[in-house]
Amino acid sequence: MLPELGQIALILALLLAVLLATVPLIGAQRGNNAWMLTARPLVYGQLLFIATAYALLTYAFVAHDFSVAYVASNSNSLLPTLYQYPAVWGAHEGSLLLWVLILAIWTVAVAVFSKKLPQIVIARVLAVMGWISVGFLSFLIFTSDPFARLLPAAQEGNDLNPVLQDPGMIFHPPLLYTGYVGFAVAFAFAIAALIDGNVNVQWVRWARPWTNVAWGFLTWGIALGSFWAYYELGWGGWWFWDPVENASFMPWLVGLALLHSQAVTEKRGSFRSWTLLLAIAAFSLSLLGTFLVRSGVLTSVHAFASDPRRGLFILTFLAIVIGGSLLLFAFRAPTEEKGQPFVAASRETLLLANNLLLSAAAFMILLGTLYPLLAEALNLGKISVGSPYFGLLFTILMTPLVLLLPFGPLTRWQREQPDKPMRMLAPWGLLALAAGAIAFFAWPGGTAKTVAACVAGIWLVFGTLRFVRERFVQAKGRFTAEMIGMCLAHVGLAVFFFGVLVTESTSVEKDVAAKPGQHFQLRGYDFRFDGTQAIQGPNYQADRGTVLVTRGDRLINTMHPEKRAYVSGGSIMTETAIDGTMFRDLYVAMGDSLGNDGSWALRLHVKPFVRWIWLGALMMAFGAFVVTVDKRFRRPVVVMDANG
Amino acid sequence: MNPTRKRRLWFVVLFVLAAGVAGALITLALQENLSYLHTPTEVRTGKVPIDSHFRLGGVVCEGSVQRKSGTLDIHFAVTDRVRQVPVHYVGILPDMFKEGTSIIATGTMHDNEFDAEQVLAKHDETYMPKEVAEAMAKGIAMHTHSCGAN
Repeated sequence: MLPELGQIALILALLLAVLLATVPLIGAQRGNNAWMLTARPLVYGQLLFIATAYALLTYAFVAHDFSVAYVASNSNSLLPTLYQYPAVWGAHEGSLLLWVLILAIWTVAVAVFSKKLPQIVIARVLAVMGWISVGFLSFLIFTSDPFARLLPAAQEGNDLNPVLQDPGMIFHPPLLYTGYVGFAVAFAFAIAALIDGNVNVQWVRWARPWTNVAWGFLTWGIALGSFWAYYELGWGGWWFWDPVENASFMPWLVGLALLHSQAVTEKRGSFRSWTLLLAIAAFSLSLLGTFLVRSGVLTSVHAFASDPRRGLFILTFLAIVIGGSLLLFAFRAPTEEKGQPFVAASRETLLLANNLLLSAAAFMILLGTLYPLLAEALNLGKISVGSPYFGLLFTILMTPLVLLLPFGPLTRWQREQPDKPMRMLAPWGLLALAAGAIAFFAWPGGTAKTVAACVAGIWLVFGTLRFVRERFVQAKGRFTAEMIGMCLAHVGLAVFFFGVLVTESTSVEKDVAAKPGQHFQLRGYDFRFDGTQAIQGPNYQADRGTVLVTRGDRLINTMHPEKRAYVSGGSIMTETAIDGTMFRDLYVAMGDSLGNDGSWALRLHVKPFVRWIWLGALMMAFGAFVVTVDKRFRRPVVVMDANG
Repeated sequence: MNPTRKRRLWFVVLFVLAAGVAGALITLALQENLSYLHTPTEVRTGKVPIDSHFRLGGVVCEGSVQRKSGTLDIHFAVTDRVRQVPVHYVGILPDMFKEGTSIIATGTMHDNEFDAEQVLAKHDETYMPKEVAEAMAKGIAMHTHSCGAN
């Protein structure tokens, strides 16, 4: 009975979404206030019904209702309670319901936090979000019903995919989706501005905080996914240029470009059309990501069982959204730039360079990700694009970005003496080079990449600090929240690049065949394998290894990697053991049993500074959040003319 | 030519040059890093260029896995149910690796044996990677569990 109620709730939500997509919009066109005012109640109602459906599906999981097909294939009576809740989004149908729920929450957030906006703007923005909701709700109801019954009901469920039975799984999908879906807000504001036809600067000021929040969540979501892959998949890698990772990385890059271009448009009025285009692109890439991941055209951990109808549906939806918004853009975008003029040596130019580099990076990832699909469609064979392609092109594009970054905040809008920021930064550039030279000789096992790590890290940190000092000289140390957020994010980038380059260049990895009692030396650490013992978990049995790590006479840690066999389905999982500090991770994963003498295959890693990768990402996201509390976004709205 | 037009022309020339260089770089990088997926039948019928670096896709032949006790050395055969190819690998196999499951190995042919640098198995016990399934369509259609001729 309850699952049917869930279905009904979804259908009611769809009906409300259809009303939301039409009534306020018509009201806005005709200037009918009563129609426009329906937007908010419709938004609240939509959330109510979607949340009800979501709660009912969660209940089906907790109550082990195996008469629901989705529950039967993704849960099991032995599944620990902690994982019964995230199991809701463990596969296609439920994760789509989560997508829709998050969209509904964002829509309500827009309705609540934009009380000061003109009625006509808010009506249009909410209506555009209503269209997206209509698209996804019908996708859910017509092709991927999470409440479909199984007749006769299953006695026992198939269990949640063991890879997903992990704390990382609880947070990764909701964070990632919050980021993806959050770009819908910037998109809705852009579309509303285009419908209005008067693309003034005001919409950007309204949209900016939303973009920042969405981008921050996306950053956390991707970082958490990467961390999860690092400790759960047992290879010790943190990024694989897997098509599915790329699918989330493309909107991230374009979203980052959008953050910067929105800042220019809001403050100087320049780049208007470009900002609109980026807002459309960021959300379209989020949709493309959903399509790539969910339609089953890609084979990966994330691609669930595919149904051709689903792929066709998302593809059609994608075509309508992208085609429709680009068409609208072509007809309604401002034909001439009305921003204030600027010369080549100005902050605008530097931010333009930032945007071009980030968009180019997103484009080359798109190319590398879609090329195999294209080649297959054209019968050129089954190809995959290797990670060296992405690594090489990314390095080429990120080098100028790092070089130019410290100049941005130190260069004035509109016009600047080119030698002024040069003189400010020259000593810090020399310091960075000197640090690189020292690293080259002094860093144990260092390579050119390690040198690059030191140069880039110090250049970015001190370049940013130079800006902080400038504020003390010029403005008595007054900082806006926007500046603090920017500095945090830029230092975060330094931490991130440092972590990436040091880890890539100085990590050591060893696959060994280990007999009990055998020692292995790795980067000054001594690993002693002390054999395994059998243990019993809630829904698995495991061989638990013991590895004693010492350095000199000092005991570092006793590590316990595991090899688990899950009861249902019999799938095998590696649980790695990690001893992590800020400066290095020791990483032990078990391979196979190698014979009757108790010997096992072991994978040993020493990874210096690997945590800095995720720390940097955390800082960047935090910076994006700090920007949103800036007072400028709280200022009362003034009606501006087209020159805004 | 007036100065404005001259400047514009320069812009166009520079843009075309930059786009050309970028295009050439991307094409080069793509060409160098493409790897093709082949089936054992394709290997056996000489459709794979000698010395090429490629991905071999198929099912781990039942009863073929042999490990030198106490080492990371492992030999097994990969089949598309029509023909099979012996594979040699030194290292740690993925969790999902089992006889009868589908894998993708990356490497080169050496003396009639595939030397694998990397072996991937899909992180899901239910499904075969789509590209392997398509490549193996003929073998699957035969409804056999034999590993085929060498």
